[in-house]
Amino acid sequence: MSIRVQSVSKTFGSFRALDNINLDLEPGKLVALLGPSGCGKTTLLRVIAGLEWPDQGRIIIDGRDTDAVHARERQVGFVFQHYALFRHMTVFENIAFGLRVKAKDERPSEADITARVRELLNLVQLDWQADRYPAQLSGGQRQRIALARALAVRPKVLLLDEPFGALDAQVRKELRKWLRQLHDELHITSIFVTHDQDEALEVADQIVLVNQGRVEQVGAVQDVYDHPATAFAYKFLGGANRFEGVINGGHLMVGNTPLKLEGLVPANGTRAEAFARPYQVTIANNITGAESAIPITIQRATIRGNMVRVDATHAQTPQQVYEVELTREQWRGSGQTCGQPAFLLVGSLRAFAIQ
Amino acid sequence: MQATKAVWLLAALGVGVLAEALVIDRWFSLSMVALTGIQAFFPRQQYFRFQVALVLLAILILAGGLFAQFHLSLDYMIERTPSLLGLELRDGFLQGAALSLFISIVSILLASVIGLLFALMRLSLHPVLFGISAFYISYFRGTPLLLQALVIYLGLPQVGITIDAIPAGIIALTLCYGAYLAEIFRAGIEAIPKGQIQAAYALGLNRLNTLRCVILPQALILIVPPVGNQFISMLKDSALVSVMGVWELTFIARMHGRASFHYMEMMIAAGVIYWLLSISFELVQARIEARYGKGVRA
Repeated sequence: MSIRVQSVSKTFGSFRALDNINLDLEPGKLVALLGPSGCGKTTLLRVIAGLEWPDQGRIIIDGRDTDAVHARERQVGFVFQHYALFRHMTVFENIAFGLRVKAKDERPSEADITARVRELLNLVQLDWQADRYPAQLSGGQRQRIALARALAVRPKVLLLDEPFGALDAQVRKELRKWLRQLHDELHITSIFVTHDQDEALEVADQIVLVNQGRVEQVGAVQDVYDHPATAFAYKFLGGANRFEGVINGGHLMVGNTPLKLEGLVPANGTRAEAFARPYQVTIANNITGAESAIPITIQRATIRGNMVRVDATHAQTPQQVYEVELTREQWRGSGQTCGQPAFLLVGSLRAFAIQ
Repeated sequence: MQATKAVWLLAALGVGVLAEALVIDRWFSLSMVALTGIQAFFPRQQYFRFQVALVLLAILILAGGLFAQFHLSLDYMIERTPSLLGLELRDGFLQGAALSLFISIVSILLASVIGLLFALMRLSLHPVLFGISAFYISYFRGTPLLLQALVIYLGLPQVGITIDAIPAGIIALTLCYGAYLAEIFRAGIEAIPKGQIQAAYALGLNRLNTLRCVILPQALILIVPPVGNQFISMLKDSALVSVMGVWELTFIARMHGRASFHYMEMMIAAGVIYWLLSISFELVQARIEARYGKGVRA
């Protein structure tokens, strides 16, 4: 089912949690709402679920305006960060609960309910835990049960609020993969909130990057990673080298080095910043003068697998650090060693004015 | 451990000497000392329980000794116990301990209903419901039960409503304990995490079903101990309705005591009956907690 968010705003007191959000999410995709804590991503999810009401704007699920539709009628499945399993019910009863409380004419028969619960327990690979209480399960198991409970009522949309946030690193990794596989099987339109960029990159089809109550960028995972639209997107999604300076004659002056720019260039004299990911820059011994080349001193090279990560500092201002990612061949071919002066070669960059 | 043992030996000796001094029985004092000697050789695991049993035994014996000093008539107590228990009907209705129990059970049931109702009113955002509930809880928790009982029994006839002593007592106890239970219910409901309620909404439950299927089952388990407390307290406070001439346990005990000058015997006998009833409630409460506490209590 498609989800449309139309100019949704929400304030808590004087805090603007959501600031005129517009989104159009395709059906069947697994979407990550990504952003730093306090950026409004959870609020947006809760507004979509109907657990919070927007001050302005509308949520349209499957072409239907949900303006006056309470959470219980939206047919969304919601998975909470802290599971929120019903503590007084067994695992089986938790999953069956959504079906049991349906109105009489919609309620499946007892046999159908049992069959559905069994099916879901198999899906989340916990059929052997049916008679236990949530308190007797581990965190990862509880979250899988919470997911099964949300799926039991066959929701149109699945919403997950930092589903792996409360789990330890190992379990989190497993569950990420598992959620991805599950989505590939079920193809239910899903949105999950996370502040972990790796999680978003690994699990999602699409990323909605949120910052300070606004959508910074929406797009397919690879697009957002390769072509960040804003300075924030660069900084938040994966590490990036940052170059700060003043715009002069279509170049960004970093110290005495002019960097070539592409795209929309801010006006002359503006303070601006540009970014390049570690794999987008290289190292050279000498330069022709035509390239954007920053003088650096190589500090350290760390080899992991076939990759070499080089830490370098600016030759004149050593507090400015750079990170370069090379293959072993490139590193060997460059003939560089630590402590040696060299140049950082940077391609054409996009400059963002600093407000 | 050595120090504890020394203390124990001293204590046992003290008990022995005291028993000796009270001239109860030489054999008794000797056996107390012997018992203490035994505990030194007891297996470690059962040591604690053995000690506790010994303490209880010592207290019981001391109390018995004290009791004996009063030269009370045990025969009279035994003779009147059936009457205190209320084994016979009076005018076709209960009396004695049976009546106390009846009043307490009826009152606690009614008070639970009222308590839940007022707790929900107190939790609602409706100003009228909230106001009424806040007033009720504050007034009935803030004034003496005896006063409330008298106002209901003596005050209502003045406005033309005459009411029997037993119903008046039940009303007074219900209203007073309803106020306490309302606060207990409120605390229990508020202790349920908000996530549970939102999870219920997300699953399609309306407010009533959320209350019925999610909040109350969990809240009820949380409030078993404080409600059990209130019930025991109510059983004893039911003695207050004796001022209205209700023939319950305390009333009958005083009546017999006054008539035969065996006041102390009757008070002690009534006390033992109240106590045994309370103990049986404690046991019931423990079973309820064990049975229904699964999952909610970690």
